[in-house]
Amino acid sequence: MEHITLLLGIVIVTALVFDFTNGFHDTANAMATTISTGALKPKTAVAMSAVLNLVGAFLSVEVAKTISGGLINEEGIRTEVIFAALVGAILWNLLTWLLGLPSSSSHALFGGLIGAAVMSAGWSSVNGSTVITKILIPAVAAPLVAGLAAMLATRLTYRLSNRVDVKATAKGYRAGQITSAGLVSLAHGTNDAQKTMGIITLALVTGGVIAPGSNPPLWVIVSAGFAIALGTYLGGWRIIRTMGKGLTDLAPPQGFAAQTSAATVILASSHLGFSLSTTQSCSGAVMGSGLGRKGGVVRWSTATRMFVAWGLTLPAAGLVGAGAEFLTKQGTWGIVLTGALLIAGSAVIWILSRRQPVTFDNVNDVDGATAEPAGVVTTAMASVAPPPAGPLAAADDLKTTIPGPDAEPARPATV
Amino acid sequence: MKIDWAALGSVFGVSLIVTVALVGLFTLGIVGLSKRESASAQGGSATLAATGAYACFAACAAAVAYGIYLIVA
Repeated sequence: MEHITLLLGIVIVTALVFDFTNGFHDTANAMATTISTGALKPKTAVAMSAVLNLVGAFLSVEVAKTISGGLINEEGIRTEVIFAALVGAILWNLLTWLLGLPSSSSHALFGGLIGAAVMSAGWSSVNGSTVITKILIPAVAAPLVAGLAAMLATRLTYRLSNRVDVKATAKGYRAGQITSAGLVSLAHGTNDAQKTMGIITLALVTGGVIAPGSNPPLWVIVSAGFAIALGTYLGGWRIIRTMGKGLTDLAPPQGFAAQTSAATVILASSHLGFSLSTTQSCSGAVMGSGLGRKGGVVRWSTATRMFVAWGLTLPAAGLVGAGAEFLTKQGTWGIVLTGALLIAGSAVIWILSRRQPVTFDNVNDVDGATAEPAGVVTTAMASVAPPPAGPLAAADDLKTTIPGPDAEPARPATV
Repeated sequence: MKIDWAALGSVFGVSLIVTVALVGLFTLGIVGLSKRESASAQGGSATLAATGAYACFAACAAAVAYGIYLIVA
């Protein structure tokens, strides 16, 4: 790596930062249900997910050939454009994390790329119909597919196990949940770490460091894998809380159904040629399993905020990407300024997040601000409310042991 | 603009069937095992339930293995 210019260096570092935010943004996809149902302790869950992400990064060497999948015309794309796109994607990822909203990291990257490309080369560089087929339709389809599958699976599993003691099945559901969460983590490491490797490789090719069409150097694979694993391990606890507790209340059978649905949808979609966003599939699956249980509820206002964030991802990341590209076009000082603004913006978001930190300690506590009336009989029991493990199991639950006395949330009682 | 409805439809169908089948099988496995436990607690045995349970778990394990194969391939 002898001819790495300052700009190229900045792009590589920024790509790794994006990879990192991608990791902690998406921990929730794999582990939110596992953490909220208590199948794994929060720290164990993120550690497992991080390891599987790392393994996933090394599993497949087939690096994404295009970073945007035909969304924009990548011929003659300049390194500055990639940098500007990454700035847009990182800032949007951080902002949605601050608000605790699960949103797709890939869509943020696509948005940034579109904005930067339009600013750089005009609207003709964007392939409009691909935006519809690759982003808009999947965004509607993913939660529907995963939600419907999770809802039916939840109904089925409750029907099959309704005459069996809840305690006897808890261990089984736990194992099932951990397995499907592991699959999601592995698939995430393979897909998303590849994306960063693709970006860095493309930047290296653009900068003339390596020949076009060559495989990524080993240091690229290693650093991308570690960046995503580190991000995953630090965990986006705010998003985990929203997904595991905010959208609905999950009992172990629901968590198992939701996670299995998410894993199936992700694997099926990527291998049948119609890629669906991991985040959107997982959120949909969680909501579907909420609807599938008798007396289960989905908090639609939290869901609505999430849908709004999905809708805004592309334009918002695009605007930031376009602004960043406008600055980087001005020359070296513009690039340095963009980098400084990125650091400043990230710092502000981080400081804001410190006001109400969400960590592995309190990830399962839902305070009054985030827990809203759930619609049915909402008896928010502040201290030690046992999780409803089934529609008819409220009485049984009082006798079961509950791990982690500090981690018990206020739960709406189910009838 | 060409929307690949066939691919979308097959994603829909496959996801739905596989999810429901896997969750169903796994639940049957759990139920079978708990039947065996309660049977042995009463001094009896439930060989059929246990065998069925292990068959269900084996099918689920095969599905997971296929999933890992899809990720690696």
